[in-house]
Amino acid sequence: MKNSLVLVSAGIVLAGSLRGAEISGQVVVTGTPPAPKEITAASADVNCGKLRTEPALTRTYVVSKDGGLANVVVYLKSGLSGKTFPAPQDPILIDQKGCMYEPYVSAAMVGQKINIRNSDPVMHNVNAGTPKNNKGFNFSQVTAGQVNPRVFDNPELGIKLICNVHSWMVAYVSVLDNPFFAVTDKDGKFTIKGDLPDGKYTFEAFHQKAGATTQEIEVKGGQATGKFTLEVKQ
Amino acid sequence: MSFVVQSAQKTPSGEVDPYQQTLVAVSVFTTLATLALVSVGGLVTSKGVGMSVPDWPTSYGYNMFLFPPSLWKGGVFDEHVHRLLASFVGLMTFGLASLLQWKSRERLMRRLGWLAFGLVVFQGLLGGLRVVLDRQALLGTTLGTVFGLAHACIGQSFFVLLASITLRLSRPWRGFSKGPSLVGFQWLRWAFPLATALIFLQLVLGASMRHQHAGLAIYDFPMAYGRWWPATDSESLFRYNQLRPDESTVTAAQIYLQMFHRIGAMATLIMVAICGYSGWRAFRDISFLRRACLLWIFVLAIQAALGIATVLYNKPADVATAHVAVGAVSLACGTILSLCAWRLVATSQVRVHQPVRGWPAPRTV
Repeated sequence: MKNSLVLVSAGIVLAGSLRGAEISGQVVVTGTPPAPKEITAASADVNCGKLRTEPALTRTYVVSKDGGLANVVVYLKSGLSGKTFPAPQDPILIDQKGCMYEPYVSAAMVGQKINIRNSDPVMHNVNAGTPKNNKGFNFSQVTAGQVNPRVFDNPELGIKLICNVHSWMVAYVSVLDNPFFAVTDKDGKFTIKGDLPDGKYTFEAFHQKAGATTQEIEVKGGQATGKFTLEVKQ
Repeated sequence: MSFVVQSAQKTPSGEVDPYQQTLVAVSVFTTLATLALVSVGGLVTSKGVGMSVPDWPTSYGYNMFLFPPSLWKGGVFDEHVHRLLASFVGLMTFGLASLLQWKSRERLMRRLGWLAFGLVVFQGLLGGLRVVLDRQALLGTTLGTVFGLAHACIGQSFFVLLASITLRLSRPWRGFSKGPSLVGFQWLRWAFPLATALIFLQLVLGASMRHQHAGLAIYDFPMAYGRWWPATDSESLFRYNQLRPDESTVTAAQIYLQMFHRIGAMATLIMVAICGYSGWRAFRDISFLRRACLLWIFVLAIQAALGIATVLYNKPADVATAHVAVGAVSLACGTILSLCAWRLVATSQVRVHQPVRGWPAPRTV
C-alpha cells in the first residue's frame, strides 16, 4: 500500500512537470550588422517584378529597435540525453511568394514533413544543394499552388534552399532531434512550448551569419526565460 | 577577323575556290558562335542558374528542342539558350570537320577538325554531367563544381582551337612562308606562349572562383579586407562572414584563390604589355600582326578593368560575363601570336646571334 502511494505521488509530480513547459526570451545582437539592402534583381525581373508590391530586401540581419535579432533558431541542445521524440504530425510550410521564400528561416524536427509550396504563377526550382548530414534535392515547381513534401532524416543546422531560376531566393531550414525549438520573430523574441520536465538544459541560439551562442536555462514549474546575445564584430 | 574572310584560295585557273571560301566562312562563323557560347556559359555561371534546368539531356522532361517557350523564364532562359547554342556549335563543328576532311590537303588540318569535333562532344557531355551529378560529393567539394570547372576550361580551349584552325586557313598564315623573320626578337616565340599560358592559368583561377561562387570572396579593391594581404585565421574568417552583405560564406582557400588571381592578373598584364610592345616592334612588315599586338594589350587592359569592376560593383552578371568573354579573346590573341611567331621563325632560316638572358638557348631553324 505504501509503495503504491509513493508511485502514485511520483506519477502526479512527473505528470505536473511534463504539463507544458514554456521557455521564452529574446535574442539580441550587438555591434553594427549590415543593414538590409534592396534586392534590385527581384524588382527588375520581368515576371517577379509584377508580383511584388514592395521592394524585396535582404534578410541576413533583421534587427529591431531594441537590438532584437529575427530569424534565429533557438533550440534545446543538450540535457535530454537518451530521450527520443516522435516527429510532429503537422507539417511545416515553406512558401514561395513574390519570388521570395517565406519564411526565410524555419525549423523542423527530424522526420517532420516539410511542405514546400510555390504560390507564384512563375516557375521556381527548389535546390537544397549539398547538406552535410542529409540528402539534398533539386526539383522544379512549374504551376502556382504546387506543393512538394520533403523530409530530412538527420539533425542539421541551416540547410540552404536556393532557387536557380531566381538566384536571389534563399531560405534556411534547421532540422533538430527534439521538438523544443523556435525561430525568433521580428523583435528577436521566441517562445518554446512543449512537455519539458523541470530541470537544467543547454539551449543554443543559432543565426546563419552572426553565429551561435549557448546558455544554460533552468526550467522551474514549467517556466523559464532566456536572453541570448550575439555579437557582430567590426 | 576580317583578314580571314578574304583568304579564299585560288584554283590553278586563277578563280576563287568556292569550297575553300565556304570552309573559311564556316570556320569563322563557328569560332564566333563558340565565343557567344562561352559568353552565355559565363552568364549562366555568373547568375548561378546552371541548375535551373535540373535534368539532362532532357529539359524538365521535354526533348530539349521541343521545350515550350512559355517555360523559358528567368535562369531557365539562360541555361536553355546555352544548351541550344551548344547543340548548334556542335553541329557547326561537325560541318567544319567534314569540310576539312573533304577539302584540306593537310593531314594536320583534317585531324584538327576532328579533334575539335571530339572536344565539343566531350564538352557537351561534361556540361550534362555537371547537371546530373551536381550534388555528388568529391574530395570536400561536389562533382558539379569539378565538372563545371573542367567544362569552363575546356570551353576556352575549344574556342582557342577553333581560332587556331581559322588562323591556319587564313591568307596571312600562308603569306608567312615568304615573310620576314623575327630577327632580334626570336625570344618572342617563347614569350608569347608563356604569356598565353599565364592567361590560361588566370582563366582556370577565374573559373574556380566562379564555379564556387567565390568571385566576391574579397569585396574590396585594391586592398583585401582593408589589408594588402588579408588575415585568414578562423576569427578573421568568422568576422568577414558576419559582415558579408550577401548570403555566401567564404573560406580561406577562396580568399587565397582570389589573391592569386589578383597577383596573376598583374603578372599577366605586365607580361602581355612587354610582349605586345616587343611584337609591335618585331613585326615591322606585317601590319596584321602589329595590329594584333596592340589589340592584345588593349584587350588585357579592358580585362583588368572588368575584373576590378566585378569586385567593386558587387559582381553584376553582365560585367562578370564580359570578363569571361574578353578573357577568351585575350587567350585567342595570345595563341594566334604564338603560332604566328613560331611560323615566322620556322620559315625564316635565320640563325639567332643575340641570346636573351633567361630564355632557352637559341638554335638554328
